[in-house]
Formats: sequence, C-alpha cells, structure tokens
Amino acid sequence: MDMKNPATAVDVLGESIITTRVDAMVNWARESSLWPMIFGTACCAIEFMGVTASKYDLARFGAEAIRFSPRQADLMIVAGTITYKQGPVLKQIYDQMSEPKWVIAMGACASSGGFYDNYTTMQGIDTIIPVDVYVAGCPPRPEALLDAIIQIQGIISGNHHDKGLQTMCCNENACTPCDLVKAR
Amino acid sequence: MNMPDCFTDIRSDTLLTHATIARENLLLGIEILKSSGYTLLLDITAIDYTLYPSFHPEPFALVYLLRSGDFTQAFSLKCYLPRDALTVETLTPHYPCADWLEREVYDQYGILFEGHPNPERILNHHQFIGHPLRKEYPITQAQPCSEAVDLMPQMRQRLLEKKIIFPDGEGGYTEPNKDLMFLNLGPSHPASHGTIRTFVALEGESIIAAVSEIGYLHRGFEKSCENHTYNQIIPYTDRLNYCSSLINNVAFAKAIEEMLGVTLPERGIYIRVLLIELSRILDHLICLAANLVDMGALTNFWYLFNPREDAYTFLSKLTGARLTNSYMRVGGMANDLYRGYESDLEFILRKIEKGVGDTLKLIEHNRIFLDRTQNVGIVTAQQALFYGFSGPNLRASGVQYDQRKNTPYYYYDRFEFDSPIGSVGDIYDRMTVRFAEIDQSIRIVRQCVAQMPGGAINVSNPAIILPQKQAVYTTIEGAMNQFKLIFEGVKVPRGEHYSSLEASNGELGFYVVSDGSGTPYKVKVKAPSFLHMAAYPSMIENEQLADAIINLGSLNIIAGEMDR
Ligand code: SF4
Repeated sequence: MDMKNPATAVDVLGESIITTRVDAMVNWARESSLWPMIFGTACCAIEFMGVTASKYDLARFGAEAIRFSPRQADLMIVAGTITYKQGPVLKQIYDQMSEPKWVIAMGACASSGGFYDNYTTMQGIDTIIPVDVYVAGCPPRPEALLDAIIQIQGIISGNHHDKGLQTMCCNENACTPCDLVKAR
Repeated sequence: MNMPDCFTDIRSDTLLTHATIARENLLLGIEILKSSGYTLLLDITAIDYTLYPSFHPEPFALVYLLRSGDFTQAFSLKCYLPRDALTVETLTPHYPCADWLEREVYDQYGILFEGHPNPERILNHHQFIGHPLRKEYPITQAQPCSEAVDLMPQMRQRLLEKKIIFPDGEGGYTEPNKDLMFLNLGPSHPASHGTIRTFVALEGESIIAAVSEIGYLHRGFEKSCENHTYNQIIPYTDRLNYCSSLINNVAFAKAIEEMLGVTLPERGIYIRVLLIELSRILDHLICLAANLVDMGALTNFWYLFNPREDAYTFLSKLTGARLTNSYMRVGGMANDLYRGYESDLEFILRKIEKGVGDTLKLIEHNRIFLDRTQNVGIVTAQQALFYGFSGPNLRASGVQYDQRKNTPYYYYDRFEFDSPIGSVGDIYDRMTVRFAEIDQSIRIVRQCVAQMPGGAINVSNPAIILPQKQAVYTTIEGAMNQFKLIFEGVKVPRGEHYSSLEASNGELGFYVVSDGSGTPYKVKVKAPSFLHMAAYPSMIENEQLADAIINLGSLNIIAGEMDR
C-alpha cells in the first residue's frame, strides 16, 4: 500500500483525520486553555474566588490556571476598583503581557467607575487599556463572569456571532461573512 | 476623672466624653489624658467647618479620639485651628500609631504636623495637588497619576535609622554596610491581598528594612458620604470590609441611630446580632482560607470556602445579594427574616463546622504548618497596644479587649460565649484565635435563633423609616412621606458622635458630624486594618521574606476598609 499517496491514506485512515487551518487549531487550543491573570483589587476579587471554587468551577472552561505573573497569562481579568493611583500599575502589567491578550472588566468599577464618581476613582479602565468584554454587576454574579469567559473564547475562535456577541463584529469585509452576517 | 481647666465645652455620656482644648494646650491636654488612663489612640481626623450652618470659632478643627486603658471609655478631644495657621505638634512621640493617622489628616485636609518623621501623603498619589476632604474641593475633580511613587527616599530614611547607611557629609549617603537587594512586594502580587505595596531591603532571604505604601484602593468613601443621604451611604459601607459587609452596615446604622436617639425593637436587634455573627464567621473563613493558600495548603481553601458559598445562598435569599448585601437601614433593615430561615441557617452552620473540622484535621498536627506559624511574627501585648491593634489580632497577643464583653451592646450580655485570647501573639495565635471565634460565633447564632423574639424589626417613626408600599400608593401622606425621606434623607440632629462595635477585624467606628440635614456633614471611619497595616513594616523586619507573606495574611488586611 502506498501511504505516500494522500488518496490512499484517506482511504485507509478514514474519519480519524481532520483537516483544518493552522490558525483555527491554534485558536482552538488558546480558547480552551486560557491562563487568566487576575488583577484583583477589591470586592469583585472575592467574587472571583467564588468563580474559581468548586461550585462554579472555572476549570470546566479550561481557564483555571490562574497566573499572577503577567508574562505567563493571556487573559487579564480586572476585578475591582481601579484608582488613579493604581492606574500606572495596571497599565504596566497589561504591557508586560505578551500578545495575543484579552481583557475582561469585571464589575461596575472596572467598567465605568461604578458608584465611585469621585476624585480618586478611574471612570473605567478602558481609559487606559483596551477592554474586550465588560461584565455588569457590583459585584457580578459568578455566572456573569463565566459568561464573559465564554464570550472571550468566542472572540478567540472567531465564532463570536454564535456566542452572543453579535454587536462586536459586523464588518463583512474584514472576515469571511458567517451565516449570521449573511442572514442579515 | 476631674476635668482640668484647659478642657472646655465638656459633654459626656456613658461611653464617650467630648471636650475642646486650645491649640497651645493640646500637648498638655493629651498628656493629662494619657496619665489619667486614656492610653490608646483610636483615630485622628479633622473637620472643615467652612460650610457649617452654625457658628464655630475657627474654620478647621482637629479631633483626637482616645480610648481608656480598660477599654470602657472613649474621649473625643477637639482643637480649633485658624485657616492661616494649620499646624500643630505631632503626637508620634506619645502614640507611635499617630504616624499614619497624621499623614492621613495632612493628605486629606492639609494640616501640618510639626516634627512628624515622614510628612508625606498616604492615601492620594504623590502627584495629587490639593486636599480632597476640604469643602472647597469638588468631589469629581479627578487627578490622573502618571507613574508609581519611588519608595527609595523612605527606604533610605529607614536604613539611616537602622544604621545601615550613613550621611557621607556631602549631601549623599554611604554605601550600605550590608549586601542588600531591593524588592517590591505588590501592589499587584497574589500575596499582597490586592493592593498593598511593601518595599523591602533583603539580605539573602531576610528582610533588613521595609516600608509600606497604601492608598491604592482609596475610593473616596468619606467624600462620597458628604454627598449622599444617610441611607444612600449604606451600600458604600458594604464595600469597606467587603468580606463581612453586613457588619459595616450595622456599625454605620447604629452610629446614626444613636445620634437620632432611637433603639431598634428587640427582634431587629436579634436579627442584627445574628447577621453580625454569621458575617464574622464568613470573614474569618476567608481570612484563614487565604492565609493557608499563602502557605501552600490549597486543599483547605476548598474546605473553608465552600461553606461560604452556602452562606451566600442564604444571604441572597434574605437580602438579595451574595456579597454586598446593603441590608440594613437607619432605624432597622430592609425586610424581616423569611419563613423557614432556621433550617437554612442550621444547614450552613453544620457545613461550616465540617469545613473547619476538616481543615483542623489537616493542619492541627501538621509539622509544616506549626513550624511556619509558631513563634513567627510575634507581637507582644504591649506592642499590640502601642500599634493600636484591636480585634482578633489584639486578642491573639493576649489582651482581653472585645467590645462585646467590655462594653456590651445589642444584648451581647445575654448570650453565652467566650472571647478567646492567645498567649504568644504569633501567626499561629492569630489564626487559632480566628478558628476559635468561629466556634463562638456559631454558638451565638444558635442562641439567637433559639431566643428570636417576635414583633417589629424597625423603629416606628415615619421620619426615619419608609412607609409601607400600600400606603405610598393609596394615601397622600404615605406618598409625601416616601418622597421626603428619599429626596431629603433622614434628618439627623446637629452634633458630633463617635460610635463603634466589634467587627470581624476589630474596633470599627464611625465619627459622624451632622449639620441637621439629611446628608452627613462629615463621616470618618476608624478602620482596624489601617492601624494593623501601619505596624506591618516594622513587624516583618528581621524576618524571612516567606514569613512576611503569611504575616500579612494573618493580620487580615482588607484594603477596602484600610484605604476607604
Ligand atoms: S464593582 Fe462593586 S463589588 Fe466590584 S469592586 Fe466595584 S464596588 Fe466592589
């Protein structure tokens, strides 16, 4: 049997072969093994502990390898109030993460300053670093953070239309239009 | 005590005495107070009277809060300062814990303390201009910060004190006489519990000198209070010590109720005690869980955290929120207990007992745990009082100070419970005291449930408590009442008051100034973590780096209440 001949190889191995693109496979690996860097400063960080603990179990989504070193992480979760004093620290840590990287703003404070509309609280971390997904709540329930992580996975795999983020991408020229865009 | 002549305007009730003193007599007054038993400094703050509706001799006043050595009495000493001479002498030689307290007053009000060893800002960043708690400072005037502060000058100061470097005579310094490495622990470090930065000079693994920097979570609680009605502040208090929100709720509501001169019906108080003790348990659980994780004992985290998760379920059923409950109101609480809460509560208590039991089985005779915690990070009783410790950290050093025992409020004298104390004051004691307090709080919760009286939960005063929704929708009086209370807030009589209770971290107090309106004129929180953190740099010097990490965990510093 001539295994060097692709046609024969497919005949012999049948459906145990999957053909795909390299970037699709790399993204599949990325989305299934996110390494979050938790930038926890306040109350939301306590709720984040709940997300990692047994009941909500972040490990189900392959994202339980919490890193506190930005160099080992690809997902930053900003859980808590960011003050102007904290700003330069947050920015530096974000810069230290290597590409590709994603950011979740967990809670009202990280997203918008929350109810701390005052002289010391930054009115949303997106004034200094880019944010991919915002999570509402003060603090958000664990389910909400899990949903955000699923959305990040959607962004990574490029399937975010399926995962509830329809508003994020509607530029038909930028990527191959998916069914949802076509349907529109 | 007999009041000396230098004190004027003296008012006193059972727990608290107010007096005013002239600026030139301030130190004398403090010395008199100290020698007549007021050996503990609780807090220092200032009041900006510029917008106050009634007359005050000068636009600024400093307030010193002291507590007697037998822990039963508090004293509030006020000293007026004219706008053009905002300086007084520092208290640091008399009370070492005045160091950070005075820095905060300087930072927030711009009052200078002559002779202070390190007159720098503490909560706001180093590029900040102005003093935010002055009435002229607009609440939303933000000042971005472009870089983190360099702690090397402070470190040099510390190295000088420790005789490791010396002035070289030309305005510079000699090389350190030890081989030092400088390292930042935090502010973003897993073991720095969020937002605390400690800068250490290491020789090998030993810490030779340390300085700490806080304020990374200063979110303007006190300024926000001056812009919200009393009941709107309740959610802000949730976020002081967010591991036990309900205790902060109660502490604030209790302070305001004392100013209003109202007391809750018995059932209301029982519910509060029940929730305080449940929160104390939850707070200790998370402190111990995190501390054990810092030690590498991850399994215990699940044992201790999972019962907390069950308690969240109970709390969300009762209050609507898992963590930030905002359940209390001035004059009562949002709603009564639900029917059948007893069995839910008992279920949680059993889970907690099991979690604590399982954890203790793993660590009680564990050589690693004992070696790492026993005789490490010792704070003697005298040092602890010196530093201004309170709560479990103070009791671990062997000082019997528990407000629930010393000055019982809320029927704490009706409950049977012990207030455990340690003997050495090391990390082991700080942790075991918390384990023991969990048991005691469980006892109190069970007694609360057993004795729970019936009846109303809120005071029945339409000027304080919102009317029933039925009345709001069907009567004009009800609608007006609702409208006035929501828009104007509960009107609190003019005056100044300090009230505190035993929170999970120690004495949590609120110093409130009211101008008679529905919004406080000023609120100052006496937060236990603030003084615990002030002691931390000197606690970890001459210790191993790894011990510094668990030492911080054992103090249970909560940035929310420390930085406010
Ligand atoms: S969003 Fe709410 S819970 Fe989260 S950090 Fe801010 S105040 Fe705390």
